[in-house]
Amino acid sequence: MTQQIEIPSPSTTTIEAGYNRTNDLRKRRRLGETVIQTLLFLAGGISILTTVGIVYELSKESVHFLSQVSLIEFFTHAKWNPQLGNFGILPLLNATLMTSTTAMLVALPMGLSIAIYLSEYATPKASSILKPILEVLAGIPTVVYGYFALTFMTPLLRSVLGKDVVEIYNTASAGIVIGILIIPMVSSMSEDALSAVPRALREASYGLGATKLETAIKVVLPAAISGIVAAFIVAISRAIGETMIVAIAAGAGPNLTFNPFLPAETMTGHIVRISGGDLSYNSIDYNSIFAIGLFLFFITLSLNIISQRVVRRFREVYE
Amino acid sequence: MSEFKANLDIRHRAGHIWRNIFRASTVFGILALIVLLLNIANSAFGYVAIENDINPADLAINSIPIEQLHQVDLVWILEQNVSAGLFRRLESEMPWEERAREEIYDLVVERVVNPQVVHTWPLGGSLFHRAEIQAEVAAKFPGATLEFRSWLTGDFLTTPQSPEADRAGVRTAILGSGWTIAITILFAFPLGVGAAIYLEEYASDNRLNRVIQTNINNLAGVPSIIYGMLGLAIFVRALEPFTSGAIFGAVDDTATASGRTIISAGMTLGLLILPLIIINAQEAIKAVSNSLRQASYGMGATRWQTVWHHVLPNAISGILTGTILAISRAIGETAPLVVVGASTFITFDPEGPFSKFTTLPIQIYQWTARPQAEFRNIAAAAILVLLAMLLSMNAAAVVLRNRYNRKI
Repeated sequence: MTQQIEIPSPSTTTIEAGYNRTNDLRKRRRLGETVIQTLLFLAGGISILTTVGIVYELSKESVHFLSQVSLIEFFTHAKWNPQLGNFGILPLLNATLMTSTTAMLVALPMGLSIAIYLSEYATPKASSILKPILEVLAGIPTVVYGYFALTFMTPLLRSVLGKDVVEIYNTASAGIVIGILIIPMVSSMSEDALSAVPRALREASYGLGATKLETAIKVVLPAAISGIVAAFIVAISRAIGETMIVAIAAGAGPNLTFNPFLPAETMTGHIVRISGGDLSYNSIDYNSIFAIGLFLFFITLSLNIISQRVVRRFREVYE
Repeated sequence: MSEFKANLDIRHRAGHIWRNIFRASTVFGILALIVLLLNIANSAFGYVAIENDINPADLAINSIPIEQLHQVDLVWILEQNVSAGLFRRLESEMPWEERAREEIYDLVVERVVNPQVVHTWPLGGSLFHRAEIQAEVAAKFPGATLEFRSWLTGDFLTTPQSPEADRAGVRTAILGSGWTIAITILFAFPLGVGAAIYLEEYASDNRLNRVIQTNINNLAGVPSIIYGMLGLAIFVRALEPFTSGAIFGAVDDTATASGRTIISAGMTLGLLILPLIIINAQEAIKAVSNSLRQASYGMGATRWQTVWHHVLPNAISGILTGTILAISRAIGETAPLVVVGASTFITFDPEGPFSKFTTLPIQIYQWTARPQAEFRNIAAAAILVLLAMLLSMNAAAVVLRNRYNRKI
């Protein structure tokens, strides 16, 4: 807020000037107000400190780690075995990509279908009932989903595909359950994007003789595509960072495999397993999980930034 | 014309098929929720086969069953059936005369009768295949009795952790969750609301403030495990003298002078939900009509007076609702607490912010990770407790919102 300070003209008498000095409230500095504003600013600044803290602490330990393991080995070695001094992130990264891809195969089509149904087909009454139910799905803690993956999804896969094909711990069941976890997120973000498309576009499409499906797929969906893509990217980021489901259901021990029915440890699963045990500080094990954490942080941060860019760049603006 | 007609039929058929696909996806989402809940109920209740070391009927004295025996007789039974060393040890812990009758009865059940769950069946099987289960018990466990058990009982809520599934409870975990969340609220609520007020009411549109806003949005997308690592590096290690309670002289035997304490866990979760609280509170503050602010300034109020007396009272229901939702996220968080260093096995109640801790989700994680079937059952019971907690939080959010809405 800009304040205009009235400068007394030279012609005013000293008495008037004195009167103005004591009673012009705009000129009085209020100590209390300044203190409160400073405190509130500091509260806002905590968030900056958090980011700085994350980057600083993760980098600090990663530097220790990278002084013992070269960056090239970290990204190209095909084995992760701290006891033998093998620190190649590929097996962990591969497992993360396997679970995330499986999750996306479930969550993206399902989430988008639900979004289209809720925004284009369902009556307002039906969607007012369906949406809170889907929100409940989003509010359930991930550890419960982990339990679900291990005690329901894995036995289901094993009974359908055979016990000799599917191991007790496997990336497929963890991935499917992560997908279920993410469905509500994809559907609610996509539905927001679809609902934001103005009604006039739909009316125009119907007026040209399009069916409901053609209107939804060829008119509404392209108009909302930026929001939907953003939702997809955020969902990928969420799947990559998901921890408890993979820690419980995907198995322990890094394993470079492309078979989704074999156990394999993801980046997040590895961090949880290593830090859950007795961990001595300043060991290379301890440093290594921070290197993985830093890598994970950059992946998810870039995905989030990309998704924000997508929304800003490609958004169709309607009057 | 007929060509057109045929084409129209195809288009309509495609529309019909896809409509059903969209509907089926929605049904699938709801079905997933139902299956998830049924799966938990399936494990939390069901038949168990129990084998006793000694049949309680054999312990009856003069055909009075042990449930009705007098204290002295129960002590006599204990003396007869447990080793002399154990009997003396129990007596030296607390003389028999000073113990309550129920306590001695429990000891008789635990040490002498020693019921052990030898097999469990899920709820689905228990309801629909009762006869087969009875036949199986008769064939495989001739000495066992079959009973229907709810793993979620009053005792389950009030007993601490135990290495044996049928004696384990969630008391320590519930108290741990309570303490941790209390710290989280104390830490995150004032900071979050303060930051939201700053960004909405004070911040001018300059570079610094835009950076803060973008940064908050990005922090909301950081995986929770990264917050766990931040908590491990800052609260557990760097601030160890503070978080272990050493600088307050609060270190006792149970606290074991490391930073892996309730206060570290609570502050880690606080940082985790801070962006959520800020974003929700900003929405609530934005929703307050601008004419209220103008009227307040017009009356000569300062900026803080306007915020405190007019903006906050109107935004408070939205702020509280958002905060409660953020807190229910914190209650369910597991990964960051594992990284911060939750204890794997503690049986004593937390005594304050500098105690070691475990929480309900951590307990569920540890029980789920065990191979034995009974631990799956108590994990399911603990999940029911956790879901009940979350449900009541959400109900509280709704009630709060309604009450405040009526006032204004």
